[in-house]
Amino acid sequence: MNDLIIIAENLTKTFGDFTAVNNISFAVKTGEIFAFLGPNGAGKTTTIKMLTTLLSPTSGFVEVDGHSSVKQQDEVRHSFGIVFQDPSLDDELTAFENMEFHGVLYSVPKDLRQKRIKEMFDLVDLWDRRDELVKNYSGGMKRRLEIARGLLHHPKILFLDEPTLGLDPQTRNHIWSYLKELNKNEKLTIFFTTHYMGEVEKTANTVAIIDQGKIIVAASPEKIIADNGVATLEEAFLKLTGNVIRDESVSGVDRLRSHRKMWRR
Amino acid sequence: MSLLVALTAYAAIAKCGGAKYMNAIYILWLRQLKRYSRSRARIIGSLGQPLLFFIAFGFGFGPIYSKAGAGNYLEFLGPGVITMAIVFTAMFAGIEVIWDRQFGFLKETLVAPVSRFNIMLGRTIGGATVAVIQGGVVFVLALIIGFRPTNLAYLPFAFIFMFLIATFYTAFGTAIASRLQDMQAFPLIMNFLVMPMVFLSSALFPLAGLPKAIEIISRANPLTYGVDGLRWALDGQSFFSPLIDFSVLSVFTLIVLAIGSYLFSKIEI
Repeated sequence: MNDLIIIAENLTKTFGDFTAVNNISFAVKTGEIFAFLGPNGAGKTTTIKMLTTLLSPTSGFVEVDGHSSVKQQDEVRHSFGIVFQDPSLDDELTAFENMEFHGVLYSVPKDLRQKRIKEMFDLVDLWDRRDELVKNYSGGMKRRLEIARGLLHHPKILFLDEPTLGLDPQTRNHIWSYLKELNKNEKLTIFFTTHYMGEVEKTANTVAIIDQGKIIVAASPEKIIADNGVATLEEAFLKLTGNVIRDESVSGVDRLRSHRKMWRR
Repeated sequence: MSLLVALTAYAAIAKCGGAKYMNAIYILWLRQLKRYSRSRARIIGSLGQPLLFFIAFGFGFGPIYSKAGAGNYLEFLGPGVITMAIVFTAMFAGIEVIWDRQFGFLKETLVAPVSRFNIMLGRTIGGATVAVIQGGVVFVLALIIGFRPTNLAYLPFAFIFMFLIATFYTAFGTAIASRLQDMQAFPLIMNFLVMPMVFLSSALFPLAGLPKAIEIISRANPLTYGVDGLRWALDGQSFFSPLIDFSVLSVFTLIVLAIGSYLFSKIEI
């Protein structure tokens, strides 16, 4: 049980002059719920992209489920599911087709696929609207569909990049209780980012706080609260990362700009 | 025809739950078809240009062409306009990678446990199928306008050439799109790369008797062999031998598929 399922060592990612992730190291144990916290633009999404083979690190070492995210991408991709921060659905397909597409890509056998798809639609309460084109869905519905899709193939690790953003408390609680059950029964490892500290206190075994590309603390939420002599994780978070409001996160557009600069040189 | 057989075989293998990579290729193919069949405005809109070419060029240059003793221009133009329709549809299907990147769907396929090569292949076959269907629609349009193929028994060969052209340009579009972040460069590519290839491919005028420089450019243009092969299959006339057309175009297609899948595999989000 103490196996490490995710290992990052001296991980760095730079875009042109900007260092998004600066020499971070951490490890996630198999079967734990790991919260990756930080203010906007701290490097959370970039780190997740490096773990999930979408970006290659500038330097450092990443291992997911015993395989290198750089050299053994196919093996790594077998091991996880992910819910991205920004939308990743095909708007021109129906909700059901999006799920079906995902199930086939992850080679979930047909019978099981049908069963799971129904189960997942029920979880997020969208079964009645499964045949609508996703472009007609509201923001919250799309979010729910993405969570359902990320869980469809029962991965070993689930990456959730601000999964509950824009969801009402009912749906958030509902989804979290399902996730905790999966975590308990199937040893699903969950790696998630969020800005809802309450969510973290209730669910996470380990919390890592990243700020300006560096990890400033990694411990259990109770320990972080106790060490900082505060009452809640939110207070600890503010104490550790300061009260200054950060620049917007490095959006796609900003990255395009820095890409373009690189091209011009 | 051979295309349909190949696709049916694909689908059959995929449905039997054969190799799982077949399933992945199949679902990517199916996605392209669904998207195409749902975009009726696009299908109808994309008929405007071929129609314009048939009317403006076919009827406009027809009399001069026959006065020059070269025969029926509409017969000559038919394969050229069908090719154009295929090229534009295929190019657009390839370039769709950029849309998928912007709308986020590309991520979903890139983190899936399917090799990038198979993803690229599924997309390309899907895009090529859509382009061939579009070519078929323009073929029917040509028939309505008065185009007559010389020998219907050669239609399967016409389909082979159509499919090759479609595959080449879908892969070509994918290769380019893999290196682009947004659609801003798209008009540039169409005007400086794709349009010249179309115009210097004998789609609109015969190769025989061209100035040497233009002829050399035309001979280096992969599309020339596509148009020539299609014209052989539909009109029974060609500049090169159909075997040369087929071989050259196949080699070009394989090369661009290889480059495309390499560039696609290097995409970072």
